[in-house]
Amino acid sequence: MNQPKSVKDISRGDEPLAAIDKNKQPPLPPPYDTPESIPDIKPLSDKARESYVVLDDTIALNIPRPKSREEEEKLVNSFLAGFRRLFNESDNWTFLQPLVMSMEHCAKCQTCSDACHIYEESGRNPLYRPTYRSEIMRRIYYKYVKNASTWVHGDIDLNWKTVARLIELSYRCNVCRRCAQTCPIGVDNALLAREIRKIASQEMGIAAVELHDRGSMLQLQVGSSTGMNSLVVKDNVEFIDEDTSEKLGFEVKTPWDKKGADILLIHNAGEIMAWPENVGCFTALFNEAGLNWTMSSELAAYDSINYGVWYDDVQFARTALLHAKAAKDLGVKKIVLGECGHAHKALTVIADKVLTGEVNTPRESCMPLLRDIVAGKYQKIEFDPSRNNFPVTLHDPCNYVRLMGIVMPQREILKKIVPKKQFREMEPHGVHNYCCGGGSGFAIMSGHNFGDWRHHMTGRRKFRQVLEAFGNEPMGPEDYKYICAPCSNCKGQLRDIIEYYDAFNKHGIYYGGLVELMCNAMAKAQPGFIDWEWH
Amino acid sequence: MELIPYVVAYIAVGIFVIACLARFFMWSRMPMHMRWELYPVAHEPGRAHYGGSYLEEVDWWKKPRESSLWGELKAMVPEILFLVALKENNKKMWNVSFPFHFGLYLVIGCTALMMGTAVLGAISPSIMAGGFGKLLRVAIMACGYGGLGLSLLGALGLLSRRLGDAELKDFTSPADIFNLVFFLLAFGFTLANLVLFDRDFSRSFAFVYGLVTFNMVPLPGGSTQAWMTTISVILMGALVAYIPMTHMSHFIGKYFAYHAIRWNDAPNLKGGDQEAPINDLLHRPVSWSAPHIQGDGKKTWADVATRDFSKGNTQ
Repeated sequence: MNQPKSVKDISRGDEPLAAIDKNKQPPLPPPYDTPESIPDIKPLSDKARESYVVLDDTIALNIPRPKSREEEEKLVNSFLAGFRRLFNESDNWTFLQPLVMSMEHCAKCQTCSDACHIYEESGRNPLYRPTYRSEIMRRIYYKYVKNASTWVHGDIDLNWKTVARLIELSYRCNVCRRCAQTCPIGVDNALLAREIRKIASQEMGIAAVELHDRGSMLQLQVGSSTGMNSLVVKDNVEFIDEDTSEKLGFEVKTPWDKKGADILLIHNAGEIMAWPENVGCFTALFNEAGLNWTMSSELAAYDSINYGVWYDDVQFARTALLHAKAAKDLGVKKIVLGECGHAHKALTVIADKVLTGEVNTPRESCMPLLRDIVAGKYQKIEFDPSRNNFPVTLHDPCNYVRLMGIVMPQREILKKIVPKKQFREMEPHGVHNYCCGGGSGFAIMSGHNFGDWRHHMTGRRKFRQVLEAFGNEPMGPEDYKYICAPCSNCKGQLRDIIEYYDAFNKHGIYYGGLVELMCNAMAKAQPGFIDWEWH
Repeated sequence: MELIPYVVAYIAVGIFVIACLARFFMWSRMPMHMRWELYPVAHEPGRAHYGGSYLEEVDWWKKPRESSLWGELKAMVPEILFLVALKENNKKMWNVSFPFHFGLYLVIGCTALMMGTAVLGAISPSIMAGGFGKLLRVAIMACGYGGLGLSLLGALGLLSRRLGDAELKDFTSPADIFNLVFFLLAFGFTLANLVLFDRDFSRSFAFVYGLVTFNMVPLPGGSTQAWMTTISVILMGALVAYIPMTHMSHFIGKYFAYHAIRWNDAPNLKGGDQEAPINDLLHRPVSWSAPHIQGDGKKTWADVATRDFSKGNTQ
């Protein structure tokens, strides 16, 4: 089956419900407009197909196929118990009102579908409509929670295939909420995808291993999903300080555990491992601006990630509390989040309804602070935009723009550090942006062929936007162009997609954060901080 | 027999009001939820046009919170009247949904004008006899015919899309079809009754006058005309009572979707009035039973959220 004919197909048959046909996907712009320029998706192994529930071309969750009628029933009953808890005020006060709103008021007009980059880039395959999973969920809700007539709300057969496929399908959405933005009534299909993930995790113990075991659990146990404990992280940052000092030509030293500092800066620890120059730049900029700041080596306080935001409210609350506790223990005036979108949203906005009293330390994005640094509101730093004399485009992380309304600071910074003629906006941008394709945890998920799948499906729209933004530029391998992506997960996704399409080696398309551009333009620093080497 | 239309109208309006209030209270009594706003937030002064927020400021919590009612009205009024979001994002659907909804507003406007005219007429008959009264009657007829006509066209368009468009068909239940047919029947019958027996709305107005003044006199005209009006009132009354029982009550939900969710950016400041209800919610029991939670219906959110995993606990 290449595409489902009906929502009821979720309960039927043993074959996958959809398959990508790259010839039916809308073609990418040049130089990727020929079939040869697009790699083929790596097929799933036979073993994977035999062992796990398969929804389409890939597998996110490794849900084992039930081996007996008892196992099938157990899966269904456990799902149904969790489904009912979603509508219980105590168990799900966290999202009850938005959930019921989205359950009861969909007009099924499909306006949301056209807003979804995954549905569009799939060649409009019905399985990837935002409403496909929502409609199944809605039918289960009316039939099993409200005991309402199926004549009014539609019927669904709730068997183990429905359950397993629906859970797997909840991991075919980036939870970017672009669909919700266009809904005339306010229905939020992205929220519904996340609520399905919550049933799976909070009741059934099913979650992507990268998000749970190697993600939020590792962070709660060790302090970071990277596996770094506090000693290792301090050691690594010391090395970064040395390296950055050498590159910039002046001393850079990160302060740790400074009681009573004004600012506790929390990075996504993935930066420390994968993009150390980002961490070094923050230190250089904050020190040069004369800010009174610190990092913390307390458990989880040196890693801003909060994977619970993608799949589990309890894990979310646990992590947010650890971040807030570190701020309280140091007695800082505020927490500032480094370049990480989901950490921004998690701690600044969503955790707002978890943190009270002594752990309710104010939190803010690094973007306004960096904007004020560039504007000279602190100790003056001179920037020379001519050092960034190459084409630059800005990727808007969904969490900053659509979900927090932080749109202008990053643009105001770029105006000051990049020559005007070199800046190209993607279209659309700002609050109407498209997700990078790594949202909701996808950027760190690559089991089986999930990485391939996201490059063909979820990241394809962003890659299209990048190609369009640089459409008038020369595309030779040394015609360097910079995608400014001020978010760790977005950077991870862009790195992967550039590698997948070999866009750096062939066409000079490079990526990095915002502070790297700032350091590259610092007049005091040695030129050439951005080295155009693929790391 | 003469009382039937009056009784039906009173009961229908009563059910409508009670059901709408029940829905309103259902939404408003739901517990506080996590912040889940979506930008642009219309009441953000000076920033709403590009979707910005107060989070674009350093130390935003030290600055006075500003909220622009004018900004909300600028977004809400065109959205309610002209379904702007649908127009921008789904023009094909807007082509049929807009006339349907705008027609409904005109029918509501027509009814409100008749009620207002009746009250005014009861207070000061001389005003109604003059030019102003004539103007009102013209407005009533324009709203009535225009509204019924537009809604019928829209309902026909919506029905044809529901039945003929493959994108919508699979998501359409028998009840969705019933709802549209119900509208077509009630509005179609009412329009036919007006065209055939009440072109100047005088009998309709007499009925509304009786309703408003609680003077339930028999409707003027012969028995056929009276029956036609009675059936029309029964159909319209049933529709009015039915709407809030269905997802068509989204006009109530939409208020909360915007004000309680999409535009709800009110921060929980230290020592502020949100902390007490949040603490109450954090002490509610949890029964999620996955191994890493082990909610037993007794442990609270605060208990499970503060569990220490750093000492080697793996579940």
